[in-house]
Amino acid sequence: MMYFDDRLYLIAGAALITIGLYALLAHRHFLRRILALNVMGSGVFMVLITYSARTAGSIPDPVPHAMVITGIVVSICATGLALVLAECVQALTGRTELSDERETSEHTGARPDTSDEQHQDQSP
Amino acid sequence: MSHAGSFASMILAPLAAATLAFIFPRLGRWLAFGTAGAVSIAFARLTRLLLDGGVQVHRVGGWGAPLGIDLRADGLAVFMLLITTAIGAAVMLYALRYFNARRSPAEGHQERYFWPLFLLLWSALNALLLSTDIFNLYVTLELLGFSAVLLIALDGRRAALTAALRYLFVSLSASLLYLLGVAIVYTRCATVDLTLLATRAQPGFPLTIAIALMTGGLLVKSALIPGHFWLPPAHANAPAPVSALLSALVVKGSFYIMLRLWFEAFPGLITPAAGNLLGGLGAAAVIWGALNALFQKRLKLLVAYSTVAQLGYLFLLFPLAAGHEGRFTAWSGGLVFLASHACAKAAMFLSAGNVVRARGGRDEIAHLEGMSSLQPISTFAFGLAGLSLIGLPPSGGFAGKWLLLRAGLAAGQGWWVAVILIGSLLAAAYVARVLVHGFTRAPVPGPARPNSPLMEWTALALAILAAGMGFLSVWLTDLLQVGAPAILIPPAGGAP
Repeated sequence: MMYFDDRLYLIAGAALITIGLYALLAHRHFLRRILALNVMGSGVFMVLITYSARTAGSIPDPVPHAMVITGIVVSICATGLALVLAECVQALTGRTELSDERETSEHTGARPDTSDEQHQDQSP
Repeated sequence: MSHAGSFASMILAPLAAATLAFIFPRLGRWLAFGTAGAVSIAFARLTRLLLDGGVQVHRVGGWGAPLGIDLRADGLAVFMLLITTAIGAAVMLYALRYFNARRSPAEGHQERYFWPLFLLLWSALNALLLSTDIFNLYVTLELLGFSAVLLIALDGRRAALTAALRYLFVSLSASLLYLLGVAIVYTRCATVDLTLLATRAQPGFPLTIAIALMTGGLLVKSALIPGHFWLPPAHANAPAPVSALLSALVVKGSFYIMLRLWFEAFPGLITPAAGNLLGGLGAAAVIWGALNALFQKRLKLLVAYSTVAQLGYLFLLFPLAAGHEGRFTAWSGGLVFLASHACAKAAMFLSAGNVVRARGGRDEIAHLEGMSSLQPISTFAFGLAGLSLIGLPPSGGFAGKWLLLRAGLAAGQGWWVAVILIGSLLAAAYVARVLVHGFTRAPVPGPARPNSPLMEWTALALAILAAGMGFLSVWLTDLLQVGAPAILIPPAGGAP
């Protein structure tokens, strides 16, 4: 029975990672991508937690728990950082998705001197 | 300073200074230079200990692996710390004059955030280089990535912010793949310590998947083709001192973790086919990156694509250092090349920054005429750094390529030699393309704004270091020998 539960969690973790990765590649909207990364992260954490139940029989192994807690802290920081950056990009471009490579290379031609007024309050 | 104090101040001094610099922005530059002093003393002490007594290990809090966290300084770590300290110091001097609040309020605003973020990046990099377990490496890699993202966004233009956000997405997904690999490794081996892993890792399907996931994530972070697409916009749109840090140091952080994984933790699990795959991707990067550099219209993009090409050479180390013979030669060749690329590329971005800045932000290569008479020192620095990228003696680029060539011939893998030679020719072409435009006399000398001499001379100092690194290569190789992974050294007495 225990074995079955473990498998269930592992499969669910793998499914979350796959869904997250797919959404990250398939969607262009900032928020959807940030959510996709969070889903993917949850999948990885789930795999770690499942393994901690498996290794030591009845007593769970605390080390993966410590890793998951660290991972959650990192992932919250990453989400916050991504949200702030996404908001800045939206404020500057008025768009909610990353422009593709070709367009970006045109934008990079912008002269810093001509857009000085814009950046003062847009730095992170 | 004690042994533990040296380890602690390498990581904690920049971290504490970064926090203070966020709170007291006016003190940023003073905090940074104070930290540089403290870190240099700690680093000198650590090097002394290493040269006298071999590999140094510090158990944080006295716990020790596998439960606690260990920090370790071996030859490779000290080698990388040496590069970090040298480039960090040069970039600090440059940034002192680059950000000028009197020139424009936007630059004052940038400077306010540059110092704390630079210190944070420095702390993360030092921690990464001294870490000995794969989970700690994950955390430090994320810290390095976050500070790099914010530094890219520093300038606040839409191109910079877009590049920063794209880099953040790529970097986060790559880190999660790496973390998944760590999770699988932990279940199979019940440890994350690099040295213990070497004794516990058993070949098998789960560990193969784990290594593939970790390697895949790190390859994207090291911008190896096909994971290189994020690098040119990110490195080309950042302010010059940031571009120098990113190209010289940040991409090398993930490469360093790959070296630790492949040669220290899992040397028994790596097949020649896997090494050849990495070498093949590296070879593709050398050619593709150089061709792209050749056809860029903007100076900073050319330098950024040159980074893609030069990083490709580093990956030739993987098949060659796992060959039948000349393993250590390949290892030291790849790392001397890394050191010289770090100095040369930092010098190139700094001198390009001088040229672009004097032209009010314009960096079209076709409009570089008059560069040699208006910015003679920067032009000279760019050319000298170019010599190292091409690989002419006595540059570090030459020494590194020479060692790689020797290893390639010794291991009977002569085809890598062709890649190295073609890459060098292409590098010569794109460096020459910039200099040809640069040496053209300007019809009407434009109203160039003079740069601070400090900015010009820092770029030149780094270029001279890269161009003369060939003379240091014997000393650097000796340093790398201290505590080098066992797989590289053939057993004494037995024919290798």
